[in-house]
Amino acid sequence: MSKKLLSGPYIAWMIGFTIIPLALIVFYGLTDRSGAFTLDNVLAIATPEHRKALWLSLVLSFLSTIVCLVLAYPLAMILRKRNMGRGSFVVFIFILPMWMNFLLRTMAWQTLLEKNGVINGILSFLHLPTQSIINTWGAIILGMVYNFLPFMILPIYNVLCKIDDNTINAAKDLGANFFQVLVHIWFPLSVPGVISGITMVFVPALTTFVISNLLGGSKILLIGNVIEQEFTRGSNWNLGSGLSLVLMIFILISMALIAKYDKNGEGTAF
Amino acid sequence: MKKRKENILKFVENFYLVIILIFLYAPIVTMMVLSFNNSKSRTQWGGFTLKWYAEMFEASTVMDALTNTLIIAFASALIAAIIGTAAAIAINSMRRVPKMIVMGITNIPMLNADIVTGISLMLAFIAFGISLGFRTILIAHITFNIPYVILSVMPKLKQTSKSTYEAAMDLGASPVYAFFKVVFPDILPGVLSGFLLAFTMSLDDFIITHFTRGAGINTLSTLIYSEVRRGIRPSMYALSSIIFSAVLVLLLITNFAPNFKKEKC
Amino acid sequence: MKNYLSVLALISLGAASVLGGCGGKSSSSSQDAGELYVYNWGEYIDEDVIDLFEEETGIKVIYDLFETNEEMYPVIEAGGVTYDVVCPSDYMIQKMIENNMLAEINFDNVPNVSQIAPEYMERSKAFDPENKYSVPYCWGTVGILYNTSMVAPEDAPSKWADLWNEKFSGEILMQDSVRDAFMVALKSLGYSMNTADEAELEEAKELLVKQKPLVQAYVIDQVRDKMIGGEAAVGVIYSGEMLYIQEEVENLGLEYDLEYVLPKEGTNVWIDSWVIPANAKNKENAEKWIDFLCRPEIAKMNFEYITYPTPNQGAFELLDEDMQNNKAVFPDWDSLDGCEVYQYLGDDTDAIYNNLWKEVKSN
Repeated sequence: MSKKLLSGPYIAWMIGFTIIPLALIVFYGLTDRSGAFTLDNVLAIATPEHRKALWLSLVLSFLSTIVCLVLAYPLAMILRKRNMGRGSFVVFIFILPMWMNFLLRTMAWQTLLEKNGVINGILSFLHLPTQSIINTWGAIILGMVYNFLPFMILPIYNVLCKIDDNTINAAKDLGANFFQVLVHIWFPLSVPGVISGITMVFVPALTTFVISNLLGGSKILLIGNVIEQEFTRGSNWNLGSGLSLVLMIFILISMALIAKYDKNGEGTAF
Repeated sequence: MKKRKENILKFVENFYLVIILIFLYAPIVTMMVLSFNNSKSRTQWGGFTLKWYAEMFEASTVMDALTNTLIIAFASALIAAIIGTAAAIAINSMRRVPKMIVMGITNIPMLNADIVTGISLMLAFIAFGISLGFRTILIAHITFNIPYVILSVMPKLKQTSKSTYEAAMDLGASPVYAFFKVVFPDILPGVLSGFLLAFTMSLDDFIITHFTRGAGINTLSTLIYSEVRRGIRPSMYALSSIIFSAVLVLLLITNFAPNFKKEKC
Repeated sequence: MKNYLSVLALISLGAASVLGGCGGKSSSSSQDAGELYVYNWGEYIDEDVIDLFEEETGIKVIYDLFETNEEMYPVIEAGGVTYDVVCPSDYMIQKMIENNMLAEINFDNVPNVSQIAPEYMERSKAFDPENKYSVPYCWGTVGILYNTSMVAPEDAPSKWADLWNEKFSGEILMQDSVRDAFMVALKSLGYSMNTADEAELEEAKELLVKQKPLVQAYVIDQVRDKMIGGEAAVGVIYSGEMLYIQEEVENLGLEYDLEYVLPKEGTNVWIDSWVIPANAKNKENAEKWIDFLCRPEIAKMNFEYITYPTPNQGAFELLDEDMQNNKAVFPDWDSLDGCEVYQYLGDDTDAIYNNLWKEVKSN
């Protein structure tokens, strides 16, 4: 019984600094400036400019998630096979970039991608055609993949490591080829990690406003930009909160997915 | 024939690893190169210089931001580690339904969009008349750090066997003593990795800090953001390069130090 | 595993405690004369000036930055933090005055205000009719910067309408702020940039939407670096950046030149001034601050750092003659015919601007 008391500070903290603040967002989102109840702020998502921004955010974050998954899965398999022996070292290789500030890393991509940037410098030195992806969708997807890839790699790596070598060897002994093993052993056993990775990439990608600002030349308006501007520039907090409520629907969906596929918390990133 | 196939496979795998590592580290190398750039411009190379490294220590705003960043990262990680570890122990002994509810709440800050977390905290601070400043950033960071600790400690707790703890109690140890002598050493790696993750997350956070900060308080992230529009001072690159290199070197030393126990993942 | 973790934990612990130690010491020094919360644009002061002020007065300055007027306003309005002295632009000052957010400055405490050339006080009346609330700090114009090697002489821009020239496709940098972007479109249509006429604004919006495919990026201060780096051929820029750009082009030995033009249709003349919010807790310190910045030698120091034209006559006279005659930095007021100062248009019109801008951006 006394053990349960240990969760007291935590529960108090979470109520004070997570539940109540979220309730405030709900309150602001459902009222107008005078404090009267309204659904306008939530329904504002249907205006053409908000709808476009949300749709674009969904498309870009979906694409980034796919790219992350495609890059991360084989990588996690290789890492597991190499069995680097040093579980934590692998993790650190992918967390290490975070010690260099997120904004600086993203700014650095500007320097790399720009018309007169480093990559184009190298390409033209090699007499190859130069690319121009800065300020396009491509640049934003690249920025998202770059920043969120570790959140895909680590959970997948963690679940893959838990797969027993004997299971795979048994399947091989029974005559399964590589693809059969992949489909019947690897994939089913790695679902918790994949789901957790997908949500950990998709949600931040869906809601980012920094990456689209820095790498999209502010030409591409994502839903995160709209919300950020309502709070910091437009000073319409009610509208901002209403749009955040719409975003929370997507977050709730991901929580439900996690609860369904990752019951035991196996697929956590760390 | 088979050997050759394996070699090719190995080569492809290595190639792939290298490509991903280049992708992850190219911007960091770029930053480091820029920290030696004599020109303030991000796009032009103006010759080699070390002046930004010297200037960094004189720029009080940069040093203040660094201090704030480190203190907040450290304090929030520490407090989160304490609250989180206690919570994890309690959650571990909970029954199914309460456990599910608490773990659900734990997932909120992890899964919630940073922008929503940041804004909701800002609204709460303003609503309760807590003036924005150092305190509010710290509270916000603790809030999003606790889940990382809980999620790192929980798996270790599951691995500890209840019987050793009970055995210690049977032999006359008090619950607290038994905990620190028997359970704690087992979960320590989890607590440490939770602490470290929390530290890193706090260090790297921009969005939540952006909304919960007040006058005169900058972390490195918010300082950089305010400089993005006017061009970032190269001292920032210098500082980041130093932090990064220090961590990298220490990691490498630890990795190649003798007596390093290899641990299977 | 343990090894890494403990080492890293130790580093973070050590770093935090060492730095925490020094941080604590430096902040506890001069408490006696009180504090001053300053809210200013990024890179808009020579940091040495802050140190000088602290040394001389013993006041501890807490210095904070904002990026746009629109971002500054809700912060002051929400009152989550109370600032003592802020440096917004013209139209925002007007908005703050109309919403009773500013305190009258006691000019007895600001004797150096006499250093500000009278014409700027006169201009300030557009937004601060009785010169009661604000002291000018910097001023300037908005114009077009172009790269001489990327733009053929016959295409050299001379008016805002040239920013719709298809030859510049992908080579245009526009300002990423509502009022500046609409100013460009409205002026090129021959309308006032302070219009509240919805039909005119709609027309301007259409024009901006039409321009969007030609635009490389919407940026604020990054125009400077991008233009120096040869990233784009033309950009909309604040005049104050010119001095820095000229120096940098010379330092780097670039093979191209960057020219600044004041568009024919007229442009925005802006003034950034110091004001004291009504809820300021250290009003007298704020007045000391403003007075300090009005001293000619201090104003000169600031001018040399931020390179935006100073309205301070005393500082202007301290400059060498070349600088005084640099028309890119100090244009004659006479050449600014057709130029306007932004005015606050009311919350409703603000909302219309914001919505139209969102439509442009999401298109």
